[in-house]
Amino acid sequence: MTTAYLTDFEAASQNGGSKAPWLTGLRRSAIERFAAQGFPGAREEDWRFNNLNPITSRSFPLAPVAPAALTTQDVARFLYSLPGGCALVFLNGRFSPELSTPAPKIEGVTVSNLAAALGTHGKLLGDHLGQYAKMEKSGFTALNTAFGHDGVFVHVKAGAAMSGPVHAVFVSDGSTAGSAAYPRNFILLEAGATGAVIESYVALQGGSYLVNTVTEAVVGEGARLEHSKIQRESEQAYHVGTTHIHQERDSHSTSFSISLGAAICRNNLDVVLNGPGIEGQLLGLYMGRGRQEVDNHTSILHASPNCSTREVYKGILDGTAHAIFNGKVYVTPEAQKTDAKQTNRNLLLSDRAKVDTKPQLEIFADDVKCTHGATVGNLDPLAAFYLKSRGIGPLLGRKILTYAFAAEILEELPYPAVRSGLESLVNARLEEGTEA
Amino acid sequence: MEIPGVTNAYFLRAALNEIRKARGEEELDPIDFMDLAEERLKLVDWGPEILGRMVNARFSGGEKKRNEILQMAVLEPRLAILDETDSGLDIDALRVVAAGVNQLRRPDKATILVTHYQRLLNYIVPDVVHVLAGGRIVKSGARNWPSSWRPRDTIG
Repeated sequence: MTTAYLTDFEAASQNGGSKAPWLTGLRRSAIERFAAQGFPGAREEDWRFNNLNPITSRSFPLAPVAPAALTTQDVARFLYSLPGGCALVFLNGRFSPELSTPAPKIEGVTVSNLAAALGTHGKLLGDHLGQYAKMEKSGFTALNTAFGHDGVFVHVKAGAAMSGPVHAVFVSDGSTAGSAAYPRNFILLEAGATGAVIESYVALQGGSYLVNTVTEAVVGEGARLEHSKIQRESEQAYHVGTTHIHQERDSHSTSFSISLGAAICRNNLDVVLNGPGIEGQLLGLYMGRGRQEVDNHTSILHASPNCSTREVYKGILDGTAHAIFNGKVYVTPEAQKTDAKQTNRNLLLSDRAKVDTKPQLEIFADDVKCTHGATVGNLDPLAAFYLKSRGIGPLLGRKILTYAFAAEILEELPYPAVRSGLESLVNARLEEGTEA
Repeated sequence: MEIPGVTNAYFLRAALNEIRKARGEEELDPIDFMDLAEERLKLVDWGPEILGRMVNARFSGGEKKRNEILQMAVLEPRLAILDETDSGLDIDALRVVAAGVNQLRRPDKATILVTHYQRLLNYIVPDVVHVLAGGRIVKSGARNWPSSWRPRDTIG
């Protein structure tokens, strides 16, 4: 089914394609790459637990432009009150200035949509775009590089700081069924800069569409990044995303990944520690019910000494949901004194839910501390008994304990509005039970 | 039992409302509950910040015991069984726990204290004392009685 994408690409490049030769060249080589390698298959180690058939057995043409009739009322429920922050809203992959709020003007900070930044920051993007999330990694990344035209762009100059997070909201409206959107985000924090980005993927209504998204973040020397991704697609939709965080020495990054929606969701998170003294945190929560499939593939490359990473991913599975976790930690011979902790815990609420969890540690340095642990289990019967002995019945007890399991991740979210919004969403999911 | 992820406030309100429902009473909303909780916190000499902490998570031994008494004060069980609630407590924590128990004594509520030590009974004067040995009650008596009694005299 790759030919439909090639035809689509030709049509798109005729019809208002890029002016900059570097971008035209990048997109052209990406579509050629896709033409040559196609979609990944179950024969590939990184995809062997996935059932990609629903995505690859048909083609998803570019999503149509959303009707202009949407108002801020329509998207208000997806926004958060973020002091000092702003929201950029994208409808079916296209920036909607009417639904967005302007970024506060701060010396050294640029927050805009990527399509605009291609004009204002062409040189910078020419140097960086596609250099981190490589198109060679998978056919999905290649397709995003070929088609990705808009998303959030953040540039914070050395020593500058954003006053609050930028919330990029990718909305699929009802007209996107059967089509694809390719959000493309780019974040550059120069030395000593501070920045925060929240990506939300939401749907106005159900529908079986595809979102294929790529985010590249460069965290300069001593810089600090807070990155959050909240995936709340329609439960009939497909979501494939790559987040690549490239860190320089003494920098700090935290990545939150919350996945609640989509029939099939695949999140790739690649963190590269390219200098000594780096700290990284990778926190994730995923929930599956009905027949949802949710896959988190994380990879941390410890390429320098004295870096520490902490990774905690937790999953709650109900119905016949299927979760996949693959946590790769690669420690090069140079990366002495690495401290890497990885935990993946899964809670199965039904007998038919399933988890494939695979820690993958490849360590080539001898003076390191690397730990990993994976658990798959049910609610703690002792905790349930404790609640019962205080008058809390089994139904409410199960809800409280399930929520508590998720709360360990949610309570680390740095924004009160996002935290309480997600707490309500998770509680609502537990109220609704297994029905999708 | 530690339950990370559930705050003391949420846990206590959920438990209290389940009990109230079962008794046919109206449930308390968060504001009414906070009023009640803050009043009961005084019994264990605690400030409201304890309500925001996760149930028993990273509590010291003494804090856990105090938390038990707080639960008792909020949930008002008709019968409470305090099994070795004095073990591992320093003298200050013991005083707080004992004061809590004493203030919750009411004619329509009963408390069974299980202890190996006289110490606790210096602060809580029981109405009735039963001595258990080998799984049976071997002696019973009235208040103030244990102080003159030597356990080793009777057993074996």
